[in-house]
Amino acid sequence: MTALAPTSIGVEPSGPRPRHITAGRIGIYAFLIIAALFFLLPLWVMVITSMKSMSEIRAGNIFALPMQPTLDYWVKAWSSACTGVSCNGLAPGFFNSLKITALSVPVSIVIAMINGYALSFWRFRGSELLFGILVFGAFVPFQVLIYPIIFALSRVGLFGTLPGIVIVHTIFGMPILTLLFRNFFASLPSELFKAARVDGAGFWRIFFWVMLPMSVPIAIVAVILQVTGIWNDFLFGLVFAGRENLPMTVQLNNIVRTSTGTVEYGTNMAATVLTGAVPLIVYFVSGKWFVRGIAAGAVKG
Amino acid sequence: MTTIVAYEQSLTTGQLKSRANRRRLLGKLPAIIGTLPMMAVAIGVFVIGIAFTVVLSFTNSKLFPSFNFVGTRQYEVLWSTTRWVESVKHIWFYGLGQISVSLVFGFLLAVFMDQRIRGEDAFRTIFLYPFALSAVITGLIWQLMLEPIWGLQAAVRSLGFTNFTFAPLADGNTALIGMVIASVWQGTGVTMAILLAGLRGIDDEIWKASRVDGIPAWRTYLSIVLPMMRGTVATALVLLVVNVVRTFDIVIAMTGGGPGIATQMPATYVIDNINARNVGHGMAAATCMLLPIAALVLLQAILRWRAARKRSAA
Repeated sequence: MTALAPTSIGVEPSGPRPRHITAGRIGIYAFLIIAALFFLLPLWVMVITSMKSMSEIRAGNIFALPMQPTLDYWVKAWSSACTGVSCNGLAPGFFNSLKITALSVPVSIVIAMINGYALSFWRFRGSELLFGILVFGAFVPFQVLIYPIIFALSRVGLFGTLPGIVIVHTIFGMPILTLLFRNFFASLPSELFKAARVDGAGFWRIFFWVMLPMSVPIAIVAVILQVTGIWNDFLFGLVFAGRENLPMTVQLNNIVRTSTGTVEYGTNMAATVLTGAVPLIVYFVSGKWFVRGIAAGAVKG
Repeated sequence: MTTIVAYEQSLTTGQLKSRANRRRLLGKLPAIIGTLPMMAVAIGVFVIGIAFTVVLSFTNSKLFPSFNFVGTRQYEVLWSTTRWVESVKHIWFYGLGQISVSLVFGFLLAVFMDQRIRGEDAFRTIFLYPFALSAVITGLIWQLMLEPIWGLQAAVRSLGFTNFTFAPLADGNTALIGMVIASVWQGTGVTMAILLAGLRGIDDEIWKASRVDGIPAWRTYLSIVLPMMRGTVATALVLLVVNVVRTFDIVIAMTGGGPGIATQMPATYVIDNINARNVGHGMAAATCMLLPIAALVLLQAILRWRAARKRSAA
């Protein structure tokens, strides 16, 4: 499972060389365009529904453009939609997610970077076994570990706190990130490390002066992986973050579930767009970097 | 200087070795300190945590862990609880549905993407973007899409096909189909990306040879290329299986487990039992969720060990 990272995602096509425009070529494009429509339609529906009034949703079909586009629902979803407990909209959730992400991403990445570095250059007795356990951990269903972690965190008073959720994200991000960094450091020439050793540099000196500057590209992949992964997390935020720190995804679900009277699809979809905006922006800006992270990141669910 | 040399010479080889050992250990000490978090997670969470869960599954723990062992009682109750048995059936249906559709659809997309098409990057961006979204969002969008009064069904009916019926979520018998559609929408892009990378790893000579022999392209794909990339297919499959076993967010967002218990899954069962302060029972369910993953990992380890042995024998 470790050797799977497809490094060749961007290389030249290997299929049979096309001839001229034939029925087959048209068929290929037809299939791809229909598939693209299938993938794009829900995004389209989500965005336009968020700008339609309820009467318009009732009257027309969900694929039609809004006749009187409005951003009222966006404002409502952001600042005044109700979540059962309070009516402050998604904004508190946004800032909670921001806090959780801003803390968890650097912590988890720095630890995983040191792990990968130690596993590549400073093997000690049992280090490979540790790594094996960690990789196994990447495949364990979260529900198996949730109760032991709830128990341990409440024993030290961190259950339902910001440090608690940061620890949980660090734990569950560790297998895949360590794998990512280990594979990266293992691909560096060992002469680099030996030369630094001969010069008398120790563990931390080599790490900070040689390895850290070299691992910027892979660190970017890790950041993208973690930002989208932690932002999109629902289960851990629900269980571990505590009422004060509920992330945006949990707030979103609460808003949608809290329907007094008729369901207001405009608000629901506006809230959905707002919650999805951050990972979508990361995705469209990062492009190829994101694709690189996927091979490794798909292990994380 | 000479005294030092004399001193060094006076040491027995045994002493020298132990000194060298100590120095090596001292040199590795920062590495061991640096990996303390990893040790804590690997041993503290993944070994002790899993053991804790398994041990608790044999107790009658309620809210707090107790070590009042009741043998396999929790498992007996578990497998005679309708909701659990149904959840297991659901995950099989949902899993087989999602995995087979994702693999076939993903492979087709990868093959079509590999035909030297124009706008490959644009297509890839479109196929992959749902994966960047949270499963909660996926669930909510598709809930609206499949909503009987306003969704897809209503839109098609308004075009004149008044008998058109497609609202799987409204009916307990078909609700899982709706979930399969949503998860295929979210995850197929990844399967496509992995399989496409596998296709591009196939040697060009294969294509030249098959063209010389006049074998049609689709036959080459099915009988030559696909078997050659079975490692890549296995990778895509493992990722899909792991994600299926974990399925939780999309259920909560899309159906809340309903209608009735039609879309309950093992993961929601475990969480509900922890919330209901029935921890022993929930841990028995969690242990049952671990088994297929443990079997998969074991199988993979055996295969790798056999491959290594074959390589060393050759």
